[in-house]
Amino acid sequence: MNALRSLFESNKKAAITSGVVIVVLLLLWAVGWLSFLCRGIFGVLIPYAALALFLGGIVYRVVQWAKSPEPFRIPTTCGQQKSLPWIKTNRLDCPETGWGVFGRMALEVLFFRSLFRNTKAELKSGPRLVYGSEKYLWLGALAFHWAFLIIVVRHLRFFTEPIPSFVQLLQSLDGFFQIGVPILYMTDLIILAALTYLFLRRVLDPKMRYISLPTDYFPLVLIIGIVLSGMLMRYTPVKADLVGVKELAVGLMSFHPRIPEGIGILFYLHLLMVCVLIAYFPFSKLMHMAGIFLSPTRNMANNNRKIRHVNPWNYPVKVHTYEEWEEEFKDKLKASGYTLEKE
Amino acid sequence: MLEKMMKPEELAKIDHTPPIRGWMDPYVKFKKGAWCYSAAPKNLKYLDLPNPREWSPDQENWKLPENWKEIILDGIRERIEKYRSFRLFMDICVRCGACADKCHYFIGSGDPKNMPVLRAELLRSVYRKEFTPAGKYLGKWGGGRDLTIDVIKEWFYYFFQCTECRRCSVFCPYGIDTAEVTMHVRELLNLIGVNINWVCEPAANCFRTGNHLGVPPHAFKDNVEFAVDDLKEITGIEVNAPIHKKGAEVLVIVPSADYFANPHYYTFLGYLALFHEIGLDYTFSAYASEGGNFGLFHSKDMLKRLNAKIYAEAKRLGVKWILGCECGHMWRVMHQYMDTINGPADFLEEPVSPITGTRFENAATTKMVHICEFTADLIYNKKIKLDPRRNDHLRVTFHDSCNPARAMGLIEEPRYVLKHVCNHFYEMPENTIREQTFCCGSGSGLGSDENMEMRLRGGLPRANAVNYVKEKHGVNLLACICAIDKATLPPLLEYWVPGVEVGGIHELVGNALVMKGEQERTTDLRGEPLPVKEEDSKDV
Repeated sequence: MNALRSLFESNKKAAITSGVVIVVLLLLWAVGWLSFLCRGIFGVLIPYAALALFLGGIVYRVVQWAKSPEPFRIPTTCGQQKSLPWIKTNRLDCPETGWGVFGRMALEVLFFRSLFRNTKAELKSGPRLVYGSEKYLWLGALAFHWAFLIIVVRHLRFFTEPIPSFVQLLQSLDGFFQIGVPILYMTDLIILAALTYLFLRRVLDPKMRYISLPTDYFPLVLIIGIVLSGMLMRYTPVKADLVGVKELAVGLMSFHPRIPEGIGILFYLHLLMVCVLIAYFPFSKLMHMAGIFLSPTRNMANNNRKIRHVNPWNYPVKVHTYEEWEEEFKDKLKASGYTLEKE
Repeated sequence: MLEKMMKPEELAKIDHTPPIRGWMDPYVKFKKGAWCYSAAPKNLKYLDLPNPREWSPDQENWKLPENWKEIILDGIRERIEKYRSFRLFMDICVRCGACADKCHYFIGSGDPKNMPVLRAELLRSVYRKEFTPAGKYLGKWGGGRDLTIDVIKEWFYYFFQCTECRRCSVFCPYGIDTAEVTMHVRELLNLIGVNINWVCEPAANCFRTGNHLGVPPHAFKDNVEFAVDDLKEITGIEVNAPIHKKGAEVLVIVPSADYFANPHYYTFLGYLALFHEIGLDYTFSAYASEGGNFGLFHSKDMLKRLNAKIYAEAKRLGVKWILGCECGHMWRVMHQYMDTINGPADFLEEPVSPITGTRFENAATTKMVHICEFTADLIYNKKIKLDPRRNDHLRVTFHDSCNPARAMGLIEEPRYVLKHVCNHFYEMPENTIREQTFCCGSGSGLGSDENMEMRLRGGLPRANAVNYVKEKHGVNLLACICAIDKATLPPLLEYWVPGVEVGGIHELVGNALVMKGEQERTTDLRGEPLPVKEEDSKDV
């Protein structure tokens, strides 16, 4: 009983958060109805507003970052520097050139290089510290981000006519195993599994629970909601009218919005959640997508001693000059036989 | 100090489960042995720093200026404009937790606020509240926290429990560097006179005398001469150790502990022997008698104030370039900051080894070469004769110091030297060396005695890795290239891994170096009897 209580106690934050999430979802459902009834607003106005916030917000935030200079060159070196010609340099983890930095950033952005290093420290009796490889976070994060990207690209088929061949190719690759009708996309399963892992990790690991904020759960739950509503529309009888959806999407893209009939509530809910996500994006931690490119410990070359880095606000400070120093220690310097400047 | 401590097996009972109570309400208990004494007013006064006064962190009243909150918020505003990394590192953390168990202090203490992510959140929460809409309008739900006196106390406790070692930044998917965050917060705290004596006193000493330990010029000269005598006793050779020699080719910069403390001193003897043997035209300086820079642990201004003497002295003495010796954070300053803050050093020349002719292109603008780069080049070009068997009584492992490893990438040079000067070299486990190396637990000005429990906790991962090679290979010497390491690892190892000594790379070089005209060596540089006679020494 006590154990149950402590489990509840320790999960209280998560429980409250989940409760809030459920209430929000119910509200969303009501909003879905509302949006169905006011299709003009929710099908046209809100998507445009969200997109404007998304693009404008990202630009605003990036400009806000970029306005401040990086006064010092502070790469974190994760490998051998370039020094003597016969010592092998680690060009990617300790880049010395622009191309090396490009490679390091590419590895970081595309394959999450740093997260791949992840280890797990365990303290055993003795004391003995053991470090195990811990790749699940890397795998979960990578699976989520790539699946998300592929799903977004797949959605281009709703916005384009004719559908670009790379979208069709991606779609057929994604449904390569041809399971079920309609064909099951692998990315749908992958993203659901990855999101579930990322969510459970936050809730079940006491350390993760401790550091997690509501703003960590919110986007996670929102994306889970988007994925589930999307999958419901594809794989269950609550199907959306794809022709209608495409008409709406193409209309939005061509700035000639039309509201076709018969799309259904679920679609409007899906769309609304996507709008919330992209409108929320620039004002949240999701900005790590843009921020990674500006991270000074990763995007600067380790050539500090070779090429001078200039600090735009470098200003003079009070120093203790040699002359002042000599004056202060004059007697002692003389007594111990130093040659003085002022003699 | 150590006798009164808990037994190692007691101290090692560490619970890593965070408490049920969340962290958003600021709360800090000043645990004895886990914080450093406040800075003495005389040191702040000497350096013209704000709010000099007698105060103690464990007392209720910190005697802050009335408008402390305004000062801090203005300070944050200023730093947001000056540093891209400030806002960026505040904005993009997703709290993935990859950094959590990478911090030696979290591993050794289990205190959840020692997880790098949470340490940074202590500042982030205030930033969000004051500078972002989410925190301003949603409060706690948006991750925002009010700036209160208790937050200041929490900052003091936890940002002086970070050694700025950057290990977490290796693992962070966005490269968020807690060392940067810690530097910013320490700067902010300094604005209201909240700082520790173990940083401010060395800084004041260094500003006045030229070195952290406050060694005045006549004592500096005495110490160098003493070393010359000691070396003569061991080798029979009287070396020349010039001070303030104008027109010398190279200015040699050492951390002050090298000529003042043990076991650093043996490394100093090693330098003297090496420079004599290769006939280097060099000079020491009593004015620039410190390569280390506790300003790095204080503020960018102090960093610059203390560092200015290096280039100034090189210019005054008319040297061609600068050779920097074994010191960790000193090399972060020399490599990543010096040229930017006090350069350009256009009065110096691109460093060229006068012995091998090697051009150190990697130091073309800063004009300062690391002694491991210099010596590795000597060995590679077979310019010195080494007898590694003189180190046969030592079974050696190498501790990468945080800053050379993670802020320079100086990883293979010291290993190359080690492998040529000793026959028994063993690496610690790979998760504890190179860029993943663990801090000594006492860096960034936290090496004071009153902070001993925290130091022992923070040093546990390092000590544990040493223990591994001690049991597996019988390692009895931990070699390193950092003065703080040499000062703080001996008590750490004595506590966790008794029987392993600490020494410098150039101490081992000095042992192995076969000098022209030397007497038969009977002891190493420490005065310990040597295992082999040297008539059958081999060339390298």
